[in-house]
Amino acid sequence: MLTNIISIALGAILINNFIFSQFLGICPFLGCSSKVDTATGMGIAVVFVMGLASAICWVVDNYLLVPLGLEFLETLAFILVIASLVQFVEMFLKKSVPSLYAALGIYLPLITTNCAVLGVVLLNVQNTYNFLESVVYGITGGLGFMLAIVLFASVRERIRFAEYPECFEGFPICLVSAGLLALAFMGFSGMQIF
Amino acid sequence: MKTILFSILVLSVMGALFGAVLAFASKIFHVETDPREAAVRECLAGANCGGCGYPGCDGYAKAVAAGEAPCNKCVAGGPEAAAKIAEIMGVANDTAEKMLAFVPCSGSAGIAEARFNYSGPVDCRAAMLFGGKSSKLCTFACIGLGNCARACQFDAMHVENGVAKVDRSKCVGCGACVEACPKNIVRLIPESQKIMPACGNRDKGAQVMKICKVGCIGCMKCQRECPADAITVVNNLAQVDLDKCVQCGHCADICPRHIIDYFG
Repeated sequence: MLTNIISIALGAILINNFIFSQFLGICPFLGCSSKVDTATGMGIAVVFVMGLASAICWVVDNYLLVPLGLEFLETLAFILVIASLVQFVEMFLKKSVPSLYAALGIYLPLITTNCAVLGVVLLNVQNTYNFLESVVYGITGGLGFMLAIVLFASVRERIRFAEYPECFEGFPICLVSAGLLALAFMGFSGMQIF
Repeated sequence: MKTILFSILVLSVMGALFGAVLAFASKIFHVETDPREAAVRECLAGANCGGCGYPGCDGYAKAVAAGEAPCNKCVAGGPEAAAKIAEIMGVANDTAEKMLAFVPCSGSAGIAEARFNYSGPVDCRAAMLFGGKSSKLCTFACIGLGNCARACQFDAMHVENGVAKVDRSKCVGCGACVEACPKNIVRLIPESQKIMPACGNRDKGAQVMKICKVGCIGCMKCQRECPADAITVVNNLAQVDLDKCVQCGHCADICPRHIIDYFG
């Protein structure tokens, strides 16, 4: 049981990293990675939402959709759950934990449309994870996202002072360096844990 | 048929449920925002100049509404803005004196001797990288490459003949030029102060004579003749005591170097 959890966690963070191996959540990965501070904020928000969404979507799937034979509605139902969940969490934090709300800032509502969140809940279903496994996969998937975005933000902060051909100015150099970072993560692929 | 029915039913129930929860939550978790914040924001100049010491006009408006900031900090808005904000906040309006930027240097081209002929990037910081921290022989002089003029959002600062000049009708006293000046010579003086020695040189008189045609040589004439005892020469440089000065302009008339500015 424990080994299973650990292999899921390590797999989500390193081997099947959401950004570098599964190419989910690329949009916030490129958009929010110009500074390490904002990248960290985005990362924390994603960990938070992915963990919660995994838990709630597992319940919705297993106690509502599967018994009624409505598995084909999963995508639609999960989007509904994620969107309302993010809204709710935003309101809750604004009232109860203003400091966390201020730290997450605009990133919370942005996550509503983050495909990594939808990806994690759909993968939970695909891999037939139980409740605990789903939550672990959600949280560690978010941690993997955070690792990737923080690494990439620190790379980008250095790129700003680097000399590269003018035609690579802006997004091209970012995409090239993201590709190289993904190559580095490919070193983990095929690794077997336990 | 059953599947279609269930699909419609499940999704509408879920949608309605989440909708209801969100509507309910927005009532429970409603956070009061101060309506005065928006009203205060309306009164400000909106230049985001940072002269108040807060991050932008929104930051200042927030601080005022929270009662953390006095209502007279908007330098660009001036006394009118302060009065309006005081009215919104319902507090007494103790308007601060308006400050204006001042450049204590008169060493324009041909008056202050050049150390070398600078032809690098038009930026005071770049010019400072060369020997002597200035392209003029006087180390206290305005370099005159206009970092302050570029920092000014109100078109109040211009370089004229190698020295930055302040347009007192346009200056709002935000202090952006003070921040921008790499030699730290630009400063803010009260608007009512009409007399200022326009020189910052603290070298001995003989040295100043060599490098500048107008620089203060510390001859003490103004100190002796000032009817209000407001001028003292400290470190070979005439300095005006703002509390004592009666703005008579006598010093400006008698200064042998004509270095004391009188904004009449």
